Amino acid sequence: MTHAAAPATASCPHCGKPTEGGGFCCSGCAAAYALRPALPKSDNKPAAPAPAQDVTRFVTEDRDGTHILSMMVEGMRCASCAFLIEDTLNREPDVAARVNLTTRRLSLRWRGEVARANMLAKKAADLGYKLMPFDAAQIEDSDRREEKSLLRCLAVAGFASGNIMMLSVGLWASTQETMGVATRDFMHWLSALIAIPTVIFSGRPFFGSAWEALTHKRTNMDVPVSVALILTTGMSLFETAHHGAYAYFDSVTMLLFLLLIGRYLDLRTRGRARAAAQDLLMMMAGTATVIEGERMRLLPIRELQSGMLLHVAAGEKIAADGVVESGASEVDPSFISGETITQPVAAGARVFGGMVNVLAPITVRLKASSGGSLLGEIIRLMEKAEQGHAHYVRLADHIARYYTPVVHLLALATFLAWCPLLGRPWQPSLLAAMTVLIITCPCALGLAVPAVQVLTSGRLFRRGMLLKSADAIERMAQVDTVVFDKTGTLTQGHPRLANPNRIGSRNMQIAASLAARSKHPLARALYDMYGGKIVDLDVREYAGKGLEAVYEGKNLRLGRRDWCGASGAPADDSPELWLNIEGETPVRFAFADELRGDAKLTIAELKQRGYKILLLSGDREPAVAAVAGALGIADFRARVTSVDKAAQVEELRKQGRKILMVGDGLNDAPALASADVSMSPSSALDIAQNAADIVFQGEKLFPVVEALTVAGRAEKLVKQNFILSFAYNIIAIPAAMLGLVTPLIAAVAMACSSILVILNAQRITRGG
Amino acid sequence: MDVLVYLIPIALALGFTGVIAFIWALKSGQFDDPEGDASRILHDDDGPLP
Repeated sequence: MTHAAAPATASCPHCGKPTEGGGFCCSGCAAAYALRPALPKSDNKPAAPAPAQDVTRFVTEDRDGTHILSMMVEGMRCASCAFLIEDTLNREPDVAARVNLTTRRLSLRWRGEVARANMLAKKAADLGYKLMPFDAAQIEDSDRREEKSLLRCLAVAGFASGNIMMLSVGLWASTQETMGVATRDFMHWLSALIAIPTVIFSGRPFFGSAWEALTHKRTNMDVPVSVALILTTGMSLFETAHHGAYAYFDSVTMLLFLLLIGRYLDLRTRGRARAAAQDLLMMMAGTATVIEGERMRLLPIRELQSGMLLHVAAGEKIAADGVVESGASEVDPSFISGETITQPVAAGARVFGGMVNVLAPITVRLKASSGGSLLGEIIRLMEKAEQGHAHYVRLADHIARYYTPVVHLLALATFLAWCPLLGRPWQPSLLAAMTVLIITCPCALGLAVPAVQVLTSGRLFRRGMLLKSADAIERMAQVDTVVFDKTGTLTQGHPRLANPNRIGSRNMQIAASLAARSKHPLARALYDMYGGKIVDLDVREYAGKGLEAVYEGKNLRLGRRDWCGASGAPADDSPELWLNIEGETPVRFAFADELRGDAKLTIAELKQRGYKILLLSGDREPAVAAVAGALGIADFRARVTSVDKAAQVEELRKQGRKILMVGDGLNDAPALASADVSMSPSSALDIAQNAADIVFQGEKLFPVVEALTVAGRAEKLVKQNFILSFAYNIIAIPAAMLGLVTPLIAAVAMACSSILVILNAQRITRGG
Repeated sequence: MDVLVYLIPIALALGFTGVIAFIWALKSGQFDDPEGDASRILHDDDGPLP
């Protein structure tokens, strides 16, 4: 393994900009370059150039002949990564590259041959990022389209309400004498001219939703809004045409504006929470290399069939289940089993989709299509569980089912009471009825729960927890059982060198020098433990065996015990590496996955609060028993597969228990999705992060307790907010029915009640 | 009060221009990548100095 080749003449070795006469372009680059050996090994630096991909399949053409290619970029940590990619690619002639940091997409445009795509993709991949071309049509953009459409409605409603209010101020400030009928009518007609297109355009979200509900013989919160909007506009128009004194276009547009703001914010928060299976689907949307006779072809993963022969390069994910046909390597099964210890594979070994091929290229004969693979099964389980949550009927929606018919009846009753019964003219009667509809807009009801949720998630965020789904807090408050995973949740998730004190510094240095560039998790753990200088060795890595080099005339080996001449030594079950220096006794490096520091405290606290604790793990019985014993968990099960975990959770749910699942790794994703609520430590893979409702960062387990506490408090506040909403309605509805309120006041009052509810929700931040 | 006949439509036209400008900005994708655009100003792209 050698360092990167010396840079071409006259360019800065750090950033690559052309310089005069070699050397660095500036002192900043010189300083950063000098820092590099002292930095801990980062996985952004490529150990080897990326495998070549043929992405020309995905290139499309623009009208003027420019080629366009979109790719997903994995491995970007921050904006600098994005700019690094952009700069590197933009240096090519006739190329425009742009990285969207929010969606993690690279968009390339260039003139020239289509084949340049491969060269450009390789350039970006050589920087150390994984690129996946995707079929843009496959990815759902409906969320963003809806967001944009709402923003448009919002903009128009804002414009309309602002300008109509400008006219209304004039109208309110004047009387018959000061203004005159002609001017008043003119103002009314102008207001009508602005208001009517606005109601038609910006009212669409409400009208559409109300129509949907009505055609399904239900009502929802949008029905009274739509009725109020249409009737008030109609009445105002009628009044305007008949030179009436009052028109209510300002109320209508103001109502629309306020409601659209609420709706837009609600959509944004929900959109973020819905991305659960997105990353997994991303994986399925990628490509794999298929060997056909003499040639190799890139195929979308979805099109893979059983019987195809796949070429899997080092570092690439295996696309579907199959049997290794040729090559010898090690695979990282953490995607599937959550265990980070690699397994050696050779011809005849079974591998599953999602495993990462760590060491050397292999060919795999597929035994199932991508949909029929274990990974496909896991995705299906997750999607099913997700659907369950979408149907979760929130209390507010439930109430709204009865609420809206009642409100309509009240409005009708008001109209009838005023007009036929009391004999008043129909305009004020209709007005009173509309006021009833507007003022009872159950926004306070619909806002009570989300308001607390939004503020709770902010509070949790400050404590290092990320709330991924808005109604997780409601569900947290009901929990009575907590199920834990072992690896990565109760333990830290990566092997650490357990006996550094028993190993001499020279042996450490040699071992670390051998392990320096290996991707094997144990080797990396060893290297990370070592902080000193390494010796530059010419290391060869043997799949399934270890690393070998020659140093000072002696043969060095770091690897499995049989290969390092230590077969006779006593063995326990923990992972180990042996160092054999020719002529000396082999030295053992033992690794252990340590428990989180506060795991014991957390379990004790949970038991004290009366939660039932259960430990489910895919690991072997002795390891799980040891952890359960150390933490005081009485109920544990070992060797539980991903599907079993979900089944166990379902069992418990059938018993009427409410489950909080704390898990890590993809193997827990179906169980996470099927539990009532789930949490995941942030050191887990991204997918599990997304499937969990709450993600917590840091080395501690105590956030589980904190989240449960906050949930209880939030539940109390939600109840208070409901009481406030009801109190408001009980006061406001009679007031409106009695005609004490004009529609504009009603719109403002409705907004005020929402604000009051939000202010009450703020108390969660002050509650301590 | 006659001045209102043309002042109000002018005000409306100006407001309307604002809405059109916002919708154009939305269509041309200026709201698509808030994080990327926010960080982009911090990026050095030293072109040749004039």
